[in-house]
Amino acid sequence: MAQAHGIEAEGLVRTFKGDIVAVDGIDLRVEPGEIYGFLGPNGAGKSTTVHMLTTLLPPTSGSARVAGFDIVKEGPKVRSSIGAALQEAALDSLLTGREHLNLQCALHGIPRSERRARSQELLERVGLTLAADRKVGGYSGGMKRRLDLALALAHRPTILFLDEPTTGLDPQSRAALWTEVARLARDDGVTVFLTTQYLEEADALADRVGIIDHGHIVAEGTPAQLKAQIGRPTVEAVPADGATPEAIARIMEQFGENTGGSAKGVAVRLEHGVEDLAGIVRALDAEGLKLQNLELHAPSLDDVFLAKTGRSLEGSEEEEAEVEA
Amino acid sequence: MTALAQVGYVARRSVLRTARQPANIIFPFVFPTALLAVTSAGLSPATKIPGFPSDSFLAFFLAFPFIQGALFATMNAGTDLARDIQTGFLNRLALTPLRGGALIVGQLGGIAVLAFIQNCYYLAVGLIAGVRLESGIVGGIVLIILATGVAIAFGALGAFFALRTGSGEAVQGLFPLLFVGLFLSSMNLPRNLIEQDWFRTVATFNPISYLIEGLRSLIITGWDWEALGLAFGFAALLAGSAMVLASWALQLRLTRT
Amino acid sequence: MIRRDFWSVAFAVAWRVLHNVFTTPSLLLPGLIFPLFFFTAFAGGLSRVESIPGFDFPNGYTAFQFVFVLLQSAAFGGVFTGFGIARDFEYGFARRLLLAAPRRSGLVAGYTLAAAGRWAVTATILTIVALAVGMQVGGSGVNLIALYALALIVNLAGTLWASGIAMRLRTVQAGPIMQLPVFLLLFFAPVYVPLALLKGWLHSVASVNPTTAFLEAGRSLISGSTDHVSVAFPVAIGLAVLLSVWAWRGLRSAERAAL
Repeated sequence: MAQAHGIEAEGLVRTFKGDIVAVDGIDLRVEPGEIYGFLGPNGAGKSTTVHMLTTLLPPTSGSARVAGFDIVKEGPKVRSSIGAALQEAALDSLLTGREHLNLQCALHGIPRSERRARSQELLERVGLTLAADRKVGGYSGGMKRRLDLALALAHRPTILFLDEPTTGLDPQSRAALWTEVARLARDDGVTVFLTTQYLEEADALADRVGIIDHGHIVAEGTPAQLKAQIGRPTVEAVPADGATPEAIARIMEQFGENTGGSAKGVAVRLEHGVEDLAGIVRALDAEGLKLQNLELHAPSLDDVFLAKTGRSLEGSEEEEAEVEA
Repeated sequence: MTALAQVGYVARRSVLRTARQPANIIFPFVFPTALLAVTSAGLSPATKIPGFPSDSFLAFFLAFPFIQGALFATMNAGTDLARDIQTGFLNRLALTPLRGGALIVGQLGGIAVLAFIQNCYYLAVGLIAGVRLESGIVGGIVLIILATGVAIAFGALGAFFALRTGSGEAVQGLFPLLFVGLFLSSMNLPRNLIEQDWFRTVATFNPISYLIEGLRSLIITGWDWEALGLAFGFAALLAGSAMVLASWALQLRLTRT
Repeated sequence: MIRRDFWSVAFAVAWRVLHNVFTTPSLLLPGLIFPLFFFTAFAGGLSRVESIPGFDFPNGYTAFQFVFVLLQSAAFGGVFTGFGIARDFEYGFARRLLLAAPRRSGLVAGYTLAAAGRWAVTATILTIVALAVGMQVGGSGVNLIALYALALIVNLAGTLWASGIAMRLRTVQAGPIMQLPVFLLLFFAPVYVPLALLKGWLHSVASVNPTTAFLEAGRSLISGSTDHVSVAFPVAIGLAVLLSVWAWRGLRSAERAAL
């Protein structure tokens, strides 16, 4: 099911009191039916961007159109076209899952005659039929996120915003959510705008990724394109007994820069790619240095982020809180 | 969906949430009843003070639980709305076609339903304990209407605080202030019998005194148009101001385009 | 060694509670302001009650209400400490205390010491305010010491009651359960007028309510006599002993749940 309009933003800026520039000129375009991953560390401006695109926060300057409607001038039309599962699960602990869906359907104008069927369909889709009549206060984190997704889909939106949807979830719940998001885009043609700080999530789900840092996009493209821009794999060597990391580092640093990213050994980003691997093995062998493990890592989105910003995205210590809308 | 239908859904949720929190049921019923019982029994000799307007302190004091119940309405409205803000549920509602005004009116609609039930209960307790309304059955109806209006007014105040602060703790911090306002009034004695000048002055300037006196007049006097006029007037003033403030706070809070 | 462990735990816990209370306005102010407010509302707003025929308290309505508010502040000071204990359990800090304390009964002692410390500040401020507004004191120094000692025992009883609830339920939702019985005990008593002027069910209930004994003894002491003192002190001490068993068993219940 092809959609006519996706998301287009031009020069979106949002500042807060105290001259805090949370979003500093975002240009992006998401095609209908695409899954767009918006990747960045804490405080980069991801949620602020989502709040603007979902009309919850007016931009300071710039413009954007979502589902063909202007986010400032046609807010209600935007809202009727989008669903959003924001950073907080945003549920009422005293209502049951079914009551949440009834309320959401009612507020979106779904006729009473259709509400029950629609609620049941969504509950089945997210696997909450057994828990539907229990109060949400007793749901696990994964169940809350699934209900959150169901609520976002209640009125059949053409565009879905997911703001860090799997933060805090266990691996099974995360995988289940990924499966459903991929199905929505593939089978229902829903455009998905997904913000995340997890590389593997962007890698696994997104057709295209935009990397945001300090309020502007530093890189954009498919995961493969972005990695190809960096193009250099990393080799990690773990010394066996009798060999020291320092000795191994001396050899390996002849083939590329030491990333410092190995806890047990040495990791080096190869200057000339995979063909350096044989050279490393021969050089280490010539020095009599024995290894416990030697592993080749393809470039990751973190490598992309590092190349573009000089910082690693994973384990980022940046705890600048995103300014609350 | 019409605005009225939206109000209905929000009101329904408000009632449901209160009904599912036992403390919100127990406190507005048990606490005022207990205070009514101990205070009216403990101060029953006060009817012997020359000039005391009734020979039943229970009848005199029966207006108190209606006002105290209204203070609980402030807390309920405020803490529920603050919780919605803190959990992000308000954002969820903001993404639907729900009108801002319907959100506040719906919240207050829920408060009105609960206040009506509370007020009927307090009146029933008084009647069972032997109080006779000097204003008769019609007076009883007016009493319920006035008391429910007072609860809505205080509920709007709670909603304003919640929307302005976004914090349940801040709303709960309001309760002691309102409680002080309740006590520094003509709650326990008619204003003309308060001996301490400063206390009598505070009670005279305290709008809560007029709310109490209006309700009380229906119980022990009959139809005191001045007292009723002042009570309805202050209730309307409070409700109107609080609604305007709540709407303004909602506009600031809900910055959706 | 055993005694030293007990007191070191008690003083450590008391220090922490008092430090938190005196550096956190939202914890400190309600305990100070509410008694002053009740004193103002009752002594100020109800002073005309003195003119009821048969109201024969010699030292004026201000002193009459001061005794009630003093005892009320003592009892509720204990309840507020109970809230803190419940919060400690709900948010996990109590588990740390249980693991660290060599003598766990010292924990309860620490909380009661803290409650007494908090109340001492409240009582001081209340007394200063009452004297400043002209409260008439007929009792000697010994009488007054006895009055404050009685209030201190009430504070101890309130703390032990609330801590027993807090350690059994281990949630701040238990607040109303701590408060309501104390509230009822305080108010089913001659709060506004002497016992002789009460009638009906309240007179019957008040006649068997231990709070009545405390109030009457306190009012006697402030007016210079010792009537009712021989009943009040044994009752207060007996209540405190019973509630210390209650609190100790609550501690055991918490230990079984936490570890």
